[in-house]
Amino acid sequence: MSEQKNGSSPGNMARKWNHLRKVLERPGPFCTSPSSEALSFLQTSCKVLIIGAGGLGCELLKDIALMGFNEIHVIDMDTIDLSNLNRQFLFRQKDIGSSKAEVAAKFINSRIPGVKVIPHFCKIQDYDSDFYQQFHIIVCGLDSIVARRWINGMLLSLLQYEEDGQVDQSTIIPMVDGGTEGFKGNARVILPGMTACIDCTLDLFPPQVTYPLCTIASTPRLPEHCIEYVKVIQWSKENPFDCPIDGDDPNHINWIYEKASERASQFNIVGVTYRLVQGVIKNIIPAVASTNAVIAATCATEVFKLATGCATSLNNYMVFNDVAGIYTYTYEAERKSNCLACGPANQPKYLDIESLDMKLSELIELLCQHPSYQMKSPGLTTMQDGRNRTLYMSTVRSIEEATRENLKRSLVELGLRDEGIVNVADSTTPNTLEITLRVTAKMAE
Amino acid sequence: MASPAPKSPELSEKSKKYDRQLRLWGDHGQAALESARICLINATGLGTEILKSLVLPGVGSFTIIDGEKISEQDLGTNFFLDVDSIGKSRAEVATQLLLELNPDCQGDFVDENPQVLMANDPNFFQSFHMVISTNLPETTLIELSKTLWSLNIPLLACRSYGFIGSIRLQISEHTIIESHPDNTNPDLRLDKPWPSLIQYVDSIDLDSLEVKDHMHIPYLVILYKYLKLWQSQNNTQDLPKNYKEKQNLRELIRSGIRKDENGIPLSEENFEEAMKAVNFALIPTTVPSSVASILNDNACVNLTSKSEPFWILAKAVKDFVDNEGNGNLPLRGSLPDMTADTTRYIALQQLYRDQAGRDADVIYRRAQQLLHQLGQPSSAITEAQVKLFCRNASFIHVIRGTCIADEYDPRTSNARQISEALENGDGLLIYHVMLRGVDKFYTEHNTYPGEYDDQVEPDIVKLKSCISKLTAEWGCGVLSKDDYLHEICRYGGGELHAVSSFLGGCAAQEVIKILTRQYTPLHTYCLYMMYSLLISNTGVYAL
Ligand SMILES: [Zn+2]
Repeated sequence: MSEQKNGSSPGNMARKWNHLRKVLERPGPFCTSPSSEALSFLQTSCKVLIIGAGGLGCELLKDIALMGFNEIHVIDMDTIDLSNLNRQFLFRQKDIGSSKAEVAAKFINSRIPGVKVIPHFCKIQDYDSDFYQQFHIIVCGLDSIVARRWINGMLLSLLQYEEDGQVDQSTIIPMVDGGTEGFKGNARVILPGMTACIDCTLDLFPPQVTYPLCTIASTPRLPEHCIEYVKVIQWSKENPFDCPIDGDDPNHINWIYEKASERASQFNIVGVTYRLVQGVIKNIIPAVASTNAVIAATCATEVFKLATGCATSLNNYMVFNDVAGIYTYTYEAERKSNCLACGPANQPKYLDIESLDMKLSELIELLCQHPSYQMKSPGLTTMQDGRNRTLYMSTVRSIEEATRENLKRSLVELGLRDEGIVNVADSTTPNTLEITLRVTAKMAE
Repeated sequence: MASPAPKSPELSEKSKKYDRQLRLWGDHGQAALESARICLINATGLGTEILKSLVLPGVGSFTIIDGEKISEQDLGTNFFLDVDSIGKSRAEVATQLLLELNPDCQGDFVDENPQVLMANDPNFFQSFHMVISTNLPETTLIELSKTLWSLNIPLLACRSYGFIGSIRLQISEHTIIESHPDNTNPDLRLDKPWPSLIQYVDSIDLDSLEVKDHMHIPYLVILYKYLKLWQSQNNTQDLPKNYKEKQNLRELIRSGIRKDENGIPLSEENFEEAMKAVNFALIPTTVPSSVASILNDNACVNLTSKSEPFWILAKAVKDFVDNEGNGNLPLRGSLPDMTADTTRYIALQQLYRDQAGRDADVIYRRAQQLLHQLGQPSSAITEAQVKLFCRNASFIHVIRGTCIADEYDPRTSNARQISEALENGDGLLIYHVMLRGVDKFYTEHNTYPGEYDDQVEPDIVKLKSCISKLTAEWGCGVLSKDDYLHEICRYGGGELHAVSSFLGGCAAQEVIKILTRQYTPLHTYCLYMMYSLLISNTGVYAL
């Protein structure tokens, strides 16, 4: 073992964690539970999962490993891209194309002896509750709301309840979540079933910028309108590469850049640049090393506090902004009593619709737009004549083809009724939702 | 097949690597960062975290000064040291491992105690654009502060201490053209329109338009026309001031919406937008007070042959405001997006651009004249600089700081402010005083309070006496904050990596703000603590 050779085996490294020991073991007026066991808990039994090995994930790995934790799992399905290197400091030029989780794990394991980072090069959806159940704390450094909601749903599904309806505390796996955009960020602590969850505060996520079709088609004014035109209309019409747009293929971006420039000059619109084209097509969010460091450090501190009790936890949401000066604000995000994810398990979930003449495609659109559901690509089934009938499902190609015709049919035609139940599966949750359709216009009939 | 890639600088490898940050500070900000030379004193966990967030985005070069040898404790807080490096120079190993982060960055080190270096080579710092220090004892910090203050080199003094930390910026003057404010109202000048804008609006007759055109008239035109109508109805030249007047104007606009054959109003988005815009688009055009105070600043009014371009530009703008501008800043020249047909929107946009161009031309000529009078070369200010300044004229910012050494000198420290804040129970300032107590403790005892496990209790008493001396110096009563004393001694001078990483990110961004002259740095001081009721709070004091 290399650390043995260098005369720095764990025994000789006794002083390495002296700084941590002081805050963990010494009593103090603000310390909730000083303990000589805390460090050994971090080093021998505590298991932490980091979701995402990107900008926040790299920082989280370093921070959590240097806060005394030994067994850290990291999961990420992405591979390394050149544009990651301005902040994802565990990656080098030679690593481009490799798994983020694997390269990051290898780097930390070699830099900090004793730490065991276990990489998982896959999607979070590839694992089930057995996997997630093994962790004491889960930290998220994600840029996707869908993935956050999914893991949120997973942790909620692991909760068990006492006879009196109270959450069995031993089934709670705390979730610490961070997010950044440019010089702004936020960090939060979620105790599933106890404090506000991701779905309770869905309205905190900014809606995605969209442009009306009629604007991009007939009255473009901004360079973005010209780019959207090429993306939404011209690409499918001309199909220049016989495939959908790949934002990472420079040939695709070039083609869009040229066509968007042409369109812009037809309309005397200025400002179509290559960078803007990339930004619009890939929906790029600006990112810097510094903000990632700040938010990941806040999350890591919370993980440390949750695991050791050496200080009070963040309650429960912090926002950060250093555009002008340095600013933080902490407040308690509140639970939504009828939250679809963490509300009472047996509460009925309703979706109000105007009439059963609505087409299935409109119902799906409604599930995507609805502020409480905000789904991505819902798949719908329903019980009919004692059998489970698939109304539509886009995720499996053969089923999509078989059910595509249903999109044009009205709910009545599909045999759905007022107060009828549809079972909805979506990438935003690991659980299938039983949703009762309620026709709101029935009073007027 | 696609044609060959356009020859664009945006396609270089470097711009791909830096893409996510170029979207924030632009190619010119990046160029400033890449030409900067910075110096770090002490490669502590905090020190290397700061450098990490500067090397990654591509700072030109760094130099680390540190005379320490790597200890086991260092490995527990510092990511940029490795297990083989115990006993080696901390400056050397940190430099090597940081350089691995970015092949475009240069770095070197001086394996020497900063105090000794300053004594041997007082001019050492002259070649740097900025110096960053971490966890310096007060005697060294005071000396460094004085040295850099006299050289006019910005200093960022940082400290990570248990669960708390601080960042103190020392800069004599910092000017910012691009502050990138978050929310701004558009500069539309509907209260002070120029002739070609009036002419354009008058050329549109709403009543004679087809419905399709009617619903594609930019709201600006609608707003202006109904504003004029409202003014003539109310016999005034003013903008609607209170809620009632604004509501009247909104109703007037609503009455202009076309109706169908049954008298039901059509849905005209542009009219809806005009009604909404009553709130933010009809604010009187003025010079914001923050800008006025810059224009009236002595550095602006009394230019010298050594004046920086910022101040010469500010003076040119001031002269413009006092003359051609009739009391107004140059027009920003940008138009927000609004429901409109392409032709009319672009025409309107062009009117704003042209007028902004005319204003910028006047200011460019004035700036050139000033340069000539001051004996500076005409190349000192370019047209592009003038345009940038004009676009940002409402958001320019000047920061003037103080010397850190002055805080430690009873004759110049703002003791009164501190004692008042303490008496008011300002929690974060209490921690500031605690850190000052730690400084004094270290000066007297050459260890940190609570550094040794068996000394925690006695050190609480000693720290208390250090703080009593300070409060007596400031002329305020005894500080009975024993809980805080105990907490500080619990830390025992320890550095926690996550705390350093938080501070490192903040500090690095402040350095980037100074080097790129974009975004507004923290004014002077911030104190961070992740604790009890004040969890994750950042207090900012102007000391
Ligand atoms: Zn919830």
